[in-house]
Amino acid sequence: MPVLDHGREIEDRWTDLADDAALPAEGGVIVSLERWRAERDALIARGQPVGVRLKSNQLATELVDDLAHLGVVALEFPKFRDGRAFSAARELRERFGYKGEIRAFGHIIPDQYQFLTRLGVDTVVVPADRVGPAWAHALNEISIAYQPALQDHGTVSLLRRHVKAEIKG
Amino acid sequence: MLVKAKGPQQSVTANRLIDGVGVWLGAGNQWVERVADAAIFEGEAIAEALAFAKEEEKRQLVVDVYPLDVEATPEGTRPLHIRERMKAIGPSVRRDLGKQAAGPTPAL
Amino acid sequence: MPDTTVPNAHSNQPADAHAGVYRYDEFDKTFIFERVEQFRAQVERRLKGEITEEEFKPIRLMNGLYLQLHAYMLRVAVPYGMLDSTKMRRLARIARVYDKGYGHFTTRQNIQFNWPELKDIPAILHELAEVDMHAIQTSGNCIRNVTTDQFCGAAADELVDPRVYAEILRQWSTLHPEFTYLPRKFKIAISGAPHDRAAVQIHDVGLIAKKNGAGEVGFTVYVGGGLGRTPYLGTKARDFVPVAEIIGYLEAVLRTYNQLGRRDNIYKARIKITVNEMGPEKFIGLIEEEYARLPRQKYYIDPAIVEAIEQHFAPPPWENLPAVSAKFEAAKAADPAFARWTRSNLSAHRAPGYAIATISVKPIGGIPGDIEAEQMEAVADLAERYSFGEMRVTHEQNLVLAHVKQDDLYDLWLALDKIGLGTANAGLISDIIACPGLDYCALANTRSIPIAQQISERFADLDRQHDLGELKIKISGCINACGHHHVGHIGILGVDKKGEEFFQILLGGDATQTAALAEIVGPGFSYDEIVNAVETVVTTFVGLRQPGERFIDTLARTGHAPFKEALYARA
Ligand code: HEM
Ligand code: SF4
Repeated sequence: MPVLDHGREIEDRWTDLADDAALPAEGGVIVSLERWRAERDALIARGQPVGVRLKSNQLATELVDDLAHLGVVALEFPKFRDGRAFSAARELRERFGYKGEIRAFGHIIPDQYQFLTRLGVDTVVVPADRVGPAWAHALNEISIAYQPALQDHGTVSLLRRHVKAEIKG
Repeated sequence: MLVKAKGPQQSVTANRLIDGVGVWLGAGNQWVERVADAAIFEGEAIAEALAFAKEEEKRQLVVDVYPLDVEATPEGTRPLHIRERMKAIGPSVRRDLGKQAAGPTPAL
Repeated sequence: MPDTTVPNAHSNQPADAHAGVYRYDEFDKTFIFERVEQFRAQVERRLKGEITEEEFKPIRLMNGLYLQLHAYMLRVAVPYGMLDSTKMRRLARIARVYDKGYGHFTTRQNIQFNWPELKDIPAILHELAEVDMHAIQTSGNCIRNVTTDQFCGAAADELVDPRVYAEILRQWSTLHPEFTYLPRKFKIAISGAPHDRAAVQIHDVGLIAKKNGAGEVGFTVYVGGGLGRTPYLGTKARDFVPVAEIIGYLEAVLRTYNQLGRRDNIYKARIKITVNEMGPEKFIGLIEEEYARLPRQKYYIDPAIVEAIEQHFAPPPWENLPAVSAKFEAAKAADPAFARWTRSNLSAHRAPGYAIATISVKPIGGIPGDIEAEQMEAVADLAERYSFGEMRVTHEQNLVLAHVKQDDLYDLWLALDKIGLGTANAGLISDIIACPGLDYCALANTRSIPIAQQISERFADLDRQHDLGELKIKISGCINACGHHHVGHIGILGVDKKGEEFFQILLGGDATQTAALAEIVGPGFSYDEIVNAVETVVTTFVGLRQPGERFIDTLARTGHAPFKEALYARA
């Protein structure tokens, strides 16, 4: 499925692996948390990039001892209304200091894209028939933010906006 | 509260997407604005009408499609449940607003 | 009297320059217009079929747009209930141009329009943005409009002005990236005074200001309150959170809820269910763990921010007045109808010679909370003449002019009476909260407005109402409890009994600092019986009461038994 980064489609360097699919000889794979737990040593010994998919009811804490090995953590949106992955992304970045790629997949709508990037999500997996300009556009619709976020991309936080006003005044 | 339609005679209602006005499926699968003109379906025709209405939803014409129990009266189709009669008439506390504003409507 | 302190003395200032509302700066303005354009594009995508109704629904809800029985409904946020005359006139214009000439004040201090068309919503939102207003997060599974005490900034017992923190929380919660797809809606209320006029314990989070031993100001935090089908009063999570830490603490509450709140069943998705299924102690423990580890300095509210926002709510230039107004006393003595209004509709102001006036939007037999465009404009005029151009919407669906000179009260009341807003019934039996019910609402079992109207007419005699004293009737047309029936002294709940409208009576609820949930007394009453049943409860109270007792005092003393007997033992 197409993968978007900053609203643009990129080449995906990861293979999303089902639990019963054989490991490819080459290339990075993303596996479920269960498979990671069962085959952790083998996946590390393979010497190729590896990542883990979390279902929306699996907390980021589950990966706390594994993050150093993971090139990507993929967060599932079973329904776009299920917003647990927003907290998972924040926890990965803010609490655990995770520096690898975070991607979101499942049912996601463009109107959530900016929130995702502000919480530290890098890439979004989108069904082919839903790729379009709406995604890039969604990143630029709103230029002001009222909260301190992880990646503030020039937005103005509640804290900074008033500090700024102070200096001006 | 939406009441599940389960009687032998049913109509199909929705709200128009663009303005939210209540509408019913009438003769020839046209949406009509007065419940009295709503077509009455029986048996398998109910599911067919509903399927057609759901397609209309996908064509961006209506939203919130559902079936309702009705009866035929000399004045036309009449919903059996008070909620559906309210939808067909307008607020009982503002007789000047809603469908009832256009002319005489039956009592709640 | 130096005339520099007289409002409107500066002719170049708008008449509502001193109204205690938050005025948008350039950032807020940029944001709000961008948001309007975003929704305009979303509506276009919906009309073109690029997004489905399922996907559009949460988007429109987060912009305040519902679909009701007869039409769409737009709920416009009135942040913590504060309006100035410019905003009120704009609401009147929207009612007239895009709706059917009226609006409806809600129990969450907002205003609803019952007939807008989807295609007009972007234009309406644009008109709102021009006067620093919006409909953001008035619905949907996000942090909703923060509500507070309608007497803020004027009441004598206030520790902090809750508007300052309500505004900080409004900003913080606006399009919060993490907390906009919560398991369910999330409502926060703040009281800046120990006397709770904001019903904080029936909110997902309730904050009550308090001072700690060192004299610092903070909030007591309650979590897990709510009404709906399983009502709960909030549990105290923390006795004291310093004001500067309140956002950090709320981040911890919301993150815990977002991760652990139930998403399998919409009726069990509110935080109150999680708190009580897990056990309050365990849940509060998790909040504390989260709070202990989050980067608190990031969420620390800098005093500079507080100061900047406080300036928006600076006290208006009150005049130095004697505590007693001879003119006011004379008018009361001369006009008993006015004297009666002053007994029910005035509250103590902190500045000598001023009073807080409640404008009843509950005329006898009227629709609770409904207001015509002409009335909105007339109230805006009166607010400019008598209260610095400022108005407040109360959670009891009334309006308040918070800073009226006692000298002006008689003229104000005469003017209000002329436009049907001078009813002397604030806090009395005809000051009823009623949800829209079946007349508008797609979820309703029964009507609630006509019940309120009939009760109001039954007790139309204002002297009788005053004799009965404080008595709060709250009516909901279904178990969702938008009409707060769980916290009514007398609550009325509409239920469907084989397709017929039936009404249950609940007794003993209380939404103040002595919060309590009402209990159902027994089997329901039909549409034709319910008003008689309410009168039976009231006459039972009159027979039992001791001098000085209010309805809930008597009820607390006697228990429900005599009321039950009167209602059901009729041979
Ligand atoms: C007409 C359209 C409305 C709909 C569809 C609607 C829907 C609902 C629903 C589903 C709930 C239950 C939520 C839950 O427990 O999770 C609820 C609660 C509530 N609504 Fe409404 N409502 C409507 C109008 C109103 C109005 C007009 C008001 C204000 C007068 C209002 C204020 C409230 C309040 C205060 C609560 C309950 C307290 C709580 O948060 O637990 N609603 N509403
Ligand atoms: S209490 Fe029920 S009937 Fe009343 S407005 Fe809420 S959802 Fe509708």
